[in-house]
Amino acid sequence: MHLDSETARRNQAFEVGIREYVGMKEGPPFACPDLVNEPMIRHWCEVMGDSNPAYLDADVARKTVHGGIVAPPTMLQTWDMRGYPMRDPALIQNKQRELHALFDRAGYTGVVATDTEQEFIRYLRPGDQITSETTIESISEEKATGLGIGYFIVTRTVFTDQNGDEVGWLTFRVLKFKPSQPPAAVATDGGAPKAPSRIKSPRGHDNAWWWEGIDAGLLLIQKCRDCGALRHPPGPMCGACQSSRWETTESSGEGTVYSYTVLHHPPIPGYDFPCPVVLIDLQEGTRLVANIAACKPEEIHIGMKVECRIEDAGEGMKLPFFYPAR
Amino acid sequence: MESLRDRAVIVGIGQTDFSKNSGRSELALAAECVKAAIQDAGLSPRDIDGMTTFTLDSTDEIEVARSLGIGDLTFYSRIPHGGGAAIGIVHQAAMAVATGSAQYVVGYRALNGRSGQRYSQGVSGDIVTSDLIHWGWYMPFGLLTPASWVAMFTQRYMHETECKSTDLAQVSLSTRKHAVNNPNAFFYRRELTLEQHQSSRMIADPLRLYDCCQETDGGCAFVVTTPERARDMAQPGAVIRGIAQASADDQESMTSFYRPNIAVLPEMDLVAKQVYAQSGLGPGDIEAAVIYDAFSSIVLWQLESFGLCEPGEAKEFIKNGALELGGRLPTNTHGGQLSEAYIHGINGVNEGVRLIRGTSCNQPEKNDCVLVTAGVGIPTSGMILGKLA
Repeated sequence: MHLDSETARRNQAFEVGIREYVGMKEGPPFACPDLVNEPMIRHWCEVMGDSNPAYLDADVARKTVHGGIVAPPTMLQTWDMRGYPMRDPALIQNKQRELHALFDRAGYTGVVATDTEQEFIRYLRPGDQITSETTIESISEEKATGLGIGYFIVTRTVFTDQNGDEVGWLTFRVLKFKPSQPPAAVATDGGAPKAPSRIKSPRGHDNAWWWEGIDAGLLLIQKCRDCGALRHPPGPMCGACQSSRWETTESSGEGTVYSYTVLHHPPIPGYDFPCPVVLIDLQEGTRLVANIAACKPEEIHIGMKVECRIEDAGEGMKLPFFYPAR
Repeated sequence: MESLRDRAVIVGIGQTDFSKNSGRSELALAAECVKAAIQDAGLSPRDIDGMTTFTLDSTDEIEVARSLGIGDLTFYSRIPHGGGAAIGIVHQAAMAVATGSAQYVVGYRALNGRSGQRYSQGVSGDIVTSDLIHWGWYMPFGLLTPASWVAMFTQRYMHETECKSTDLAQVSLSTRKHAVNNPNAFFYRRELTLEQHQSSRMIADPLRLYDCCQETDGGCAFVVTTPERARDMAQPGAVIRGIAQASADDQESMTSFYRPNIAVLPEMDLVAKQVYAQSGLGPGDIEAAVIYDAFSSIVLWQLESFGLCEPGEAKEFIKNGALELGGRLPTNTHGGQLSEAYIHGINGVNEGVRLIRGTSCNQPEKNDCVLVTAGVGIPTSGMILGKLA
């Protein structure tokens, strides 16, 4: 990719700028506003649909290994949540917000949380005073994602108790990205951008005649002129008798599904997804890969009778399509 | 009969870190893993006089040799067909030392498989030679990715054997259990449940996300020499008791769709026949295995090829944790390519050697006889490793 020197300089300054944040603390250690307490545990369990009596029923909890009520381990992150001010950038300022603003100014305005990993070292009990400290752990290289080009930012939060002992940690990964432009928006003065099309087969000495047959609406099979063996995909020599003399015969186009797959991922431009591909046993005895039409993916099955129609697949390219037999 | 039985020994293994973005060149990865393998063997680069790798490797052996100061080479070679070459390059090294063409041969594979060219993104019109004509029979219909090719075989296999997606999942779950204990594995400490497997997105029906291996940046290398030299070396040797390559009737590269039956692996059957004949061993002797697992389903077919179960019975064989540590056949104890890393099967060669040395993260008690296989659906290869007497 060609970059003019100004763009290159700006990109480099951005790269240097964001990397300075790696390893930085988000801010000073944050003392969670509430001690670990039973009402918050009860509310959380109710919302999550967790009815474990070790969290809720003091009598039962006393008889467990905990000897009393404990907080659900996965509740760890809730103790340092700041409530509604989290939504207002003016109310909470820290290094992570600063970093996100750097990304915003460079056009990486999108943000999405991708995953978290957590470890819980001990159960928290009512009365515990939790302190959290967050570090910006890493920033990935620039990545091309389905949402657009962007960077993954990982933060690590360590939680400690009133004795300064670590009780758990979590890492949190977000993607800061440039939202993808819809294709029409990137059209240049040449008009609407050209949609990608299916990849065509190259044509050479050994296969051009077969594709020319398709162009002419004929599904052909190569036939050895000496031993009569049929073969597909075609080739220059007969594997049965080593003869290089061959002719063609036209297929009836009737066949059965020998195997199939329905492609879901990655979606490839130019093809309709989900994309069913079938392996057909032609009535003549050779096998052929093609697409199936007029058939829902869940209706395709091995042994299904099909028939071939040669149709336009766009950009003047003709292909064999198989339809459920009438 | 003249054979390669007990004629060559793997005496060193090395690898880089495995990641999704190495941040360095494939040449750098190759140089690092080769250096590590040479050090592990207690050799110096100048001792190496042979090199072998995949045709798919972007790094020339002479560039690696220059980087490390290896010096003179009297043997070098490359093997085609992607992961099918994994044991093929061990075979090259074994033949070279057994014939005296070289004394110490390094095999390696290094790739930026995630940050560079990704196999999952498929082939395109950019490829050259007769390959291009071959792919021309598939590209116009959307059959462009390894998952799409393997799905076609898997669908037919499941139809014939009544194998279910939940059976395929057993392979993914067992490798993941092993990876959880392997700090080098991408899925270290990250478990997988049957529910997660069954709800993971469909890639190419019937293959779901967790039926597919990873894409990885990294490199792995090994050093091979003769048993005579190996006895005095730094590490206990893993002797090659039997090793073979095979391509079978009507073979295509990934698309052998035209055989009478595509729910079997004739080329791996031929590998099995050779390595058993060469080693004098049989399925009952195999105590642990590293079975190439680019996709979960291909492990089942290979179990059948090696006679570890009857044809079509792999789904029964793998039940009840048979592939896990403590099971009948601890398999892919490093986590395999599904859960450790995808280094085109060479991380599997290294794990085979660790199993023999007794240094795997998931070390089975019995480790005298370890099967290691290469990629499937292509001309392929396999070997049986044992302890150097």
